[in-house]
Amino acid sequence: MASSSSSSPSFDPRMIKEPQPLPGSPGSWRRYFSFNTDAKVIGIQYIAVALLFLLVGGLLAMIMRGELITPPADLVDPTVYNGLYTMHGTVMLFLFLFPVLNGFNNLLIPPMIGAPDMAFPRLNALAFWLFPVFGVILMASFLVPGGPSGSGWWAYPPLSTQNPLGHALNGQLLWILAVAVSGVSSIMGAVNFCTTIIRMRAPGMGLFKMPIFCWTALAAQLIQLMGLPVLTAGAVMLLFDLSFGTSFFKPEGGGDPMLYQHFFWFYSHPAVYVMVLPIFGVFSELFPVYARKPLFGYHVVAIASFAITGLSLIVWVHHMFYSGTPQWMRNVFMVTTMLIAVPTGIKVFAWIATLWRGSIRLSTPMLFCLAGLFNFIFAGITGVMLATVPVDIHVGNTYFVVGHFHYVIFNMITFGVFAAIYHWFPKFTGRMYYEGLGKLHFILTFIGSTLNFLPMHWAGLMGMPRRVASYDPEFASANVLASLGAFLLGVATIPFLLNIVSSWVRGPKAPPNPWNAIGLEWLLPSPPAAENFAEDVPTVISGPYGYGLGQPLVEDQERFERRAAGLKP
Amino acid sequence: MTSLSQPAGTPAVPSPIGPEQDPGASASPGHDGHGSGHGHNAHGAHADHTMTGFVIFLASESLIFLALFVGYAVFKSSSPLWLPAGVEGLEVREPLINTVVLVSSSLVIWLAERALHRQRLGEFRAWWLLTMAMGTYFVVGQAIEWQHLPFGLASGVFGASFYLLTGFHGLHVVTGLALMALFLVRSLRPGLVLPEGKGVIAVSLFWHFVDVIWVVLFVLTYVWQRR
Repeated sequence: MASSSSSSPSFDPRMIKEPQPLPGSPGSWRRYFSFNTDAKVIGIQYIAVALLFLLVGGLLAMIMRGELITPPADLVDPTVYNGLYTMHGTVMLFLFLFPVLNGFNNLLIPPMIGAPDMAFPRLNALAFWLFPVFGVILMASFLVPGGPSGSGWWAYPPLSTQNPLGHALNGQLLWILAVAVSGVSSIMGAVNFCTTIIRMRAPGMGLFKMPIFCWTALAAQLIQLMGLPVLTAGAVMLLFDLSFGTSFFKPEGGGDPMLYQHFFWFYSHPAVYVMVLPIFGVFSELFPVYARKPLFGYHVVAIASFAITGLSLIVWVHHMFYSGTPQWMRNVFMVTTMLIAVPTGIKVFAWIATLWRGSIRLSTPMLFCLAGLFNFIFAGITGVMLATVPVDIHVGNTYFVVGHFHYVIFNMITFGVFAAIYHWFPKFTGRMYYEGLGKLHFILTFIGSTLNFLPMHWAGLMGMPRRVASYDPEFASANVLASLGAFLLGVATIPFLLNIVSSWVRGPKAPPNPWNAIGLEWLLPSPPAAENFAEDVPTVISGPYGYGLGQPLVEDQERFERRAAGLKP
Repeated sequence: MTSLSQPAGTPAVPSPIGPEQDPGASASPGHDGHGSGHGHNAHGAHADHTMTGFVIFLASESLIFLALFVGYAVFKSSSPLWLPAGVEGLEVREPLINTVVLVSSSLVIWLAERALHRQRLGEFRAWWLLTMAMGTYFVVGQAIEWQHLPFGLASGVFGASFYLLTGFHGLHVVTGLALMALFLVRSLRPGLVLPEGKGVIAVSLFWHFVDVIWVVLFVLTYVWQRR
């Protein structure tokens, strides 16, 4: 306190400057195409490019569903079909979900904790610009001889160490390179997010005054830091096997293909939690806002995130129950996998208790959250079924698994992504979205995704194998429904894109806090200035979800509110 | 200084929030981040954050080695084909000398760090250069060893694991040497390498990391030869 008086009565001129020119106004859009180090620009860059790849991945999915609408392989060749599902999975995970969530991290973490930017802005920009690089590398595999990799997004050897055409540059090599560069970019991001959350919180914001989104982001990035190195080691060995004649995973040279499966799933199962944890964060942020009640069991929800991180690292063998895994190992991993339902279930009960007797507002973000929660409970139940060794051996290679993980990855995680985009859209663009189009988007998405992924469960239980371009006609009805659902999902993106683009260009101007939400980011103007609070960081004096409690979040709350609204104090 | 930072001595803009609510006053003294503007640069990283970030990075990096070590141990204990035909094992004498040189360079770089802390720049450069020489000796020694080995990368899982492990570690040694060269050059211009220089501490930490990894690697590949 004393030191501040000596350092000149400096009032930062930025504070009375106009907010940044609105994106879309002349001269400002270019920053989205430049090496910009502002986390808010990078966040929007991530989200925009990721949505582009959502369309690519969705297109691939629709071609697959077009093929599967009739039992015989008539639309595309089975080899092409292998390439399609490999690329669909890889694009959706590495080029849509991870980047879009990194976009949220960039947009939300610094304002939520009152930091001006990320801890390492240049590293942040570099991590982002690697994203188009590995995107192009992966897309280029459509152009090389032999086409893209057809060994699935899991790329198990021996299939992934074959190079039948003998070209040094092949789809599998490009796949490995893209995944490796993506890993480097994710590690850069993870170092940055963790350092920012650990070291740059506003005064007064102890760990247990942090918004849950920051808790879940930290827990998720910790998984990246622990899991990605292991995947990297596996990917390097795979690359050597494919291109330099080593035999890490080739039994004929003394290698072991199972080791790859261990390396792969040690990361790639926790990777699901890297994607799902931030959406737990989104749910925990949004339910209190739209139910006007404090988050139920804040401390437990926060700590459960780390329980999930810990458990997620010891469940990976459940992907290998039918890979010749010894029985004792299956039993151990069955138990650990079921245990992870405990912290997850705690969160689900906390959200339901938050909604209980709340004054619920059914605006678009809330609709996506509620439907996402509903779908997640469904996916959790099938998840516990799949954790059981006998059930898994029975349905493991069928559409039941496909239905299960699409319920997690699309019907819950991507619903959460849409919820977050709508909820924070006014904050970071300065414009309101159109509620009608938003609701239309929600209805089409909900019907489309249910039609698409629900029938897969019964097709799987009846025994329809996955990864095939043709199937027995007895599964036709489920597949027709799924295909119609997939095309409906394609249609559902039209109101979404229309809404985002048109409201950003000419939507009504957004007030600083349109949802009457509590949180540091809502004490900033919409859109926030380049460095958020800059030097004038508020001191946090109470917990993050004080809905209906009537206590201010920060010291001098009124001053910050008036400033955000552009009023004289 | 970036365009966003307020230059020193700029006349203060009249504060719309009044003098009693000076923005600095709301920052608590214990707050480490962007409070009262020491060492923080709008577009560069705060020095303390750099160390935090670097330690997080090293922890993560060590897990790549852990994965490779586990892979090696699994192959070694379970592979039906381990040593290629005609290969007895690895020669230990030269690599042991190499190991002693590399590990003792950790002491030397600590001396360099201490000299810098005591603001003896000449002494710092001498120790720093000696560390680089010892690191170079290690890399050259390993290159010579590689040339004389009777097996290659493609000779079974033993050759592949051996070259991948030592090669990946060697890459880290070379990176460390490049970083040291960078800081040696920077130390020639006054003011770029400071006594509290976080960069030097980070490089030194990286060097210790590379050494510890080597010790584990050495035990795993050279000491543990019998199956």
